[in-house]
Amino acid sequence: MSKLKLWLGAAAAVALLALPGGNPSAQEKELVFGLHCDRTGATQTVGVFLCPGYHDYISLVNSKGGVEGYKIRVVEIDNEYKVPPAMEAHERFKMEGAVLTGLYGTPQTAALTKKLEEDKVLGTSPGFGTAAAADGRRFPYLFPIAASYWSQAAGSVAFVKKELGGNLNGKKIAYLYYDNPAGKEPLVIFEDLAKSEGFELRTFAVPAPGIEMGAQVLDITGRFKPDFVITHLFGRSPSVSIKELKGKGYPLSKVISFVWGASEADVKAAGGFELANGYNTIQFAGVGTDFPVIKDINEMFAAQGKAAPSQQEISVFYNRGVVIAALHVEAARNAVKAKGGARPTPEEVKRGMESIKGFTLGGLVPPMELTPEDHEGGGWVQVWTVKDGKLTKNGDWFQAYREVIRKHLAAETK
Amino acid sequence: MLQRESGVYKTSYAADMALFPLPIARWTMAAIVLLFAVVLPLSLHEYYLSIINLALIAVVGALGLNMLVGYTGQISVGHAAFMSVGAYTAANLAVKFDLPFWITLPAGGLMAALIGAIVGIPSLRIKGLYLAIATLAAQLIIEWVINHTPAISGGAQASIQVPRPTLWGHELKTQGQLYFFLLFFAALAILAALNLARSRIGRAFVAIRDQDIAAEIIGIDIYRYKLLSFAISSFYAGVCGVLYTYYLGIANYEQFQIGVSIDYLAMIIIGGLGSVLGSVLGAAFVTMLPIVIRLVMEPLAGLFFSAGELSSVVASTRLVVFGALIISFLVVEPEGLNRLWRNIRNYFRVWPFSY
Repeated sequence: MSKLKLWLGAAAAVALLALPGGNPSAQEKELVFGLHCDRTGATQTVGVFLCPGYHDYISLVNSKGGVEGYKIRVVEIDNEYKVPPAMEAHERFKMEGAVLTGLYGTPQTAALTKKLEEDKVLGTSPGFGTAAAADGRRFPYLFPIAASYWSQAAGSVAFVKKELGGNLNGKKIAYLYYDNPAGKEPLVIFEDLAKSEGFELRTFAVPAPGIEMGAQVLDITGRFKPDFVITHLFGRSPSVSIKELKGKGYPLSKVISFVWGASEADVKAAGGFELANGYNTIQFAGVGTDFPVIKDINEMFAAQGKAAPSQQEISVFYNRGVVIAALHVEAARNAVKAKGGARPTPEEVKRGMESIKGFTLGGLVPPMELTPEDHEGGGWVQVWTVKDGKLTKNGDWFQAYREVIRKHLAAETK
Repeated sequence: MLQRESGVYKTSYAADMALFPLPIARWTMAAIVLLFAVVLPLSLHEYYLSIINLALIAVVGALGLNMLVGYTGQISVGHAAFMSVGAYTAANLAVKFDLPFWITLPAGGLMAALIGAIVGIPSLRIKGLYLAIATLAAQLIIEWVINHTPAISGGAQASIQVPRPTLWGHELKTQGQLYFFLLFFAALAILAALNLARSRIGRAFVAIRDQDIAAEIIGIDIYRYKLLSFAISSFYAGVCGVLYTYYLGIANYEQFQIGVSIDYLAMIIIGGLGSVLGSVLGAAFVTMLPIVIRLVMEPLAGLFFSAGELSSVVASTRLVVFGALIISFLVVEPEGLNRLWRNIRNYFRVWPFSY
């Protein structure tokens, strides 16, 4: 029975170690941010680039003395893209005294919406959750702070219209999407625009896990023969869609992808920038390392004798992490300023978030304006196109068909 | 559970069948009830209660799955789908008809039981891996149907916001209040499972698991009991889904995908197949251990890594440690935590005079 004793001993040791594993109480000049992340679950290909971007920006702010004298401490919890750990993370952030939280994942956002409201802590959900969350009166503590799928749908149609010579009447557009709630969400906007703009819309659903779409692509290229293809896919499937469309001879310059099929990783997995030349992507944050803030981050690391973070290789996701962190910091800064330097409550940080305006970080962040009514900030998007071996900017930030989006938001509220 | 009896002095069947055969067992049970109903909620921070809440919900689901897999020997990899059936049934009843939880909760369970019994029909002909594939199909079909039927799913987002449960006009919404709500149903589920396992039905399940042809020969209606097992098991899963819905305030099918089914199978295998205590221990182990590992690792890794690197290191190492612990527990005791606990108990039964 000595084996048993060993186990009992090990269990006791773990119990002892766990006991002092409590949490340091919040210090006087410190603000706590809670960050949900997925580094090990279904969407880890995003999380391992996005979350380091978040941390690097916070380190940069701290190295310059923090926000109005407050150092920021980030508590990050890896939720493995599962709902129960996200609930646990939320309670942990609350215990640590977090003034705001960054959500990660659509089911997690849905699961925490009610809790955020009850606990009066804001959560940001860029690229996650429902488009209806843009309505700040209906979801007071949920902040998409980036173009929703509805705004991306409107933006993509506006881009297609521009590319096809300013008139969509009689044109054919195919919508290739992942068959889940997120994939189906923009359908209402597309159907509405198809009526008002007079184009023919046909939809092609790809069932999970989305790595087999030969039949759909053949249907698009062989039978429907559209003037443009709009894709909205996740995970491995964007790269498959690039490969399949290219393989069937469809020009990739007539393809535009939503934000989760828009990274360098997708292009590389499809066979490289050479092959994917012309592929268009919608972005809600700037792409590449050519921004002052990214240079500042790299200088900070250089001063510490470290190389620039390798995660910048996938700058689409890394920069999104930087943008989320920057908007969090701005919200906290507004709140501290409004209180004359005193420590803000989560409620006051929420008001700080709702007063963000004209904060662009050298073009990395869209010119959004957050208000108590509009938590999306205007639905700004930018198109980046694969050209000369990298993603290159194709036009400035723009918003499209706002009246259609507003009409649907109002219909949702009823 | 903890008792150290000195001999068998039972003179009647009733005494032999008693849930608590000795006074000390009754005292232990009273102490456990006191601990969970009074001491823990008064002494723990809300954060720790929230972890226990998640484990309590998992206990209900694991008990149900163990009833099917552990007791009856049938396999199901579609339990997450039965949870979503319960969740959406309750959510629709609560939102469209404004019904309270004490109606929606059993209704969600019953609907899941109905669907579960239908899914269980192939078990009359096929066994083992083949049945696993049949239930896997059920998982995918149910997911698809919910995703594509707005009448069930409540629209394109496939999620329905549900009001908090109310009791005598009070809304249960803090973790502390929800703790008692969940504790009540988890306790009820444990009590029901303990009694079911000792009843005629439970014995029939075990007979089918051990040798179905022999069971048929001694007069057990296999068809009836197999379907009953699927129904009871799905009832538990449905209730588990309803509890999730009320706990989170939303029903969303993406919370009940195939990975969750696998998680629950892991719980009962780690806890011990065919045992109520094993289901409880397995659910607690799988829910809480990753969190405990992180709480231990954070201060340790904080000594070596900067704040930015810390989260990456902890996230990946935690999975390695969790996996290693599961493997080592199963190597030490393949029959699960329940058997491990019995070994410990037997060791201390004669301690310190072990021979």
